[in-house]
Amino acid sequence: MKAKIVITPKKAVLDPQGKTVQTALLHMGYAGIGDVRVGKYLEVDLSAPDVESARKTIDEACHRLLSNPVIEDYHFEIVE
Amino acid sequence: MALTAAIPGDDSKMNFAVLQFPGSNCDQDCVHVLRNVLGHSAWLQWHKERSLRGADAVIIPGGFSYGDYLRTGAIARFSPVMQAVVEFAGNGGLVLGICNGFQILCEAGLLPGALIRNRSLQFRCEHVYLKTVAPDSPFTRKIPEGRLLRIPVAHGEGCYFADAATIRRLFANRQVLWQYCDAKGRVSDDASPNGSVRNIAGICNATRNVAGLMPHPERASEGILGCEDGRLVFESMIEALTERKLAVK
Repeated sequence: MKAKIVITPKKAVLDPQGKTVQTALLHMGYAGIGDVRVGKYLEVDLSAPDVESARKTIDEACHRLLSNPVIEDYHFEIVE
Repeated sequence: MALTAAIPGDDSKMNFAVLQFPGSNCDQDCVHVLRNVLGHSAWLQWHKERSLRGADAVIIPGGFSYGDYLRTGAIARFSPVMQAVVEFAGNGGLVLGICNGFQILCEAGLLPGALIRNRSLQFRCEHVYLKTVAPDSPFTRKIPEGRLLRIPVAHGEGCYFADAATIRRLFANRQVLWQYCDAKGRVSDDASPNGSVRNIAGICNATRNVAGLMPHPERASEGILGCEDGRLVFESMIEALTERKLAVK
């Protein structure tokens, strides 16, 4: 199975990288560009008895290591 | 004497364990200051060692532990030695995290909040001025009132962040130890090298035994390097530890 994990900065956290990317896109001439937030994407290959236990493992890994709950949110999907 | 050897017991000398992770690079400077400048016992403690060897205090030094992979300090906090540090801190032991050490303490949950990318997106390597906000802590007690500390910073992810409720609590409990200020002591946006919330440069936990700061006091402890204000942080710890040892007797 493969876990596809997306980690993003919390709304309350200032994201100067995102702001810089937004400015760059606007300077490049793209109209209508709004807020940009820059996050991380991880792929984790894992074997587990079933999807449910895989979800549990990944959720715990996200909470403990892969994301910092003070400044980040995460969501993921498990694909077989 | 090898930097890893502990100097045998002498009650007037405090014992400092300076942790060393793969990627730490300010560890030797910390040992040098504690040992050669301040005359106390200090040793390098490899991150895989599970015992703190009877240390009176723990220093978590600066650097790029684990290459800052994933997030600064995110992986170091799970190193074997950190379990002993958490226990040590839980029992009231003094722990000081400098730069990457501050990041590791936040990731480990020993200090609230987190350090994120500098607002300017630049790695800032420069001298800053610090205003001591809470003089009543084992890390600030020797700093004369009104005295600004001139200390160098060198970091790309030193912007302190915590939610509004935590920030309020930190100030209310006198847990904010230092703020970035200008040469006249004004806490202004310009004075901050990284955009930290309310110019927070260093904090301590609720029980005042664990502290972290982004600037490098170990680089400002000898006149020959241009400033000695950083020494006051270590001297504060030594005074607090000495007081404790005498009290136990």
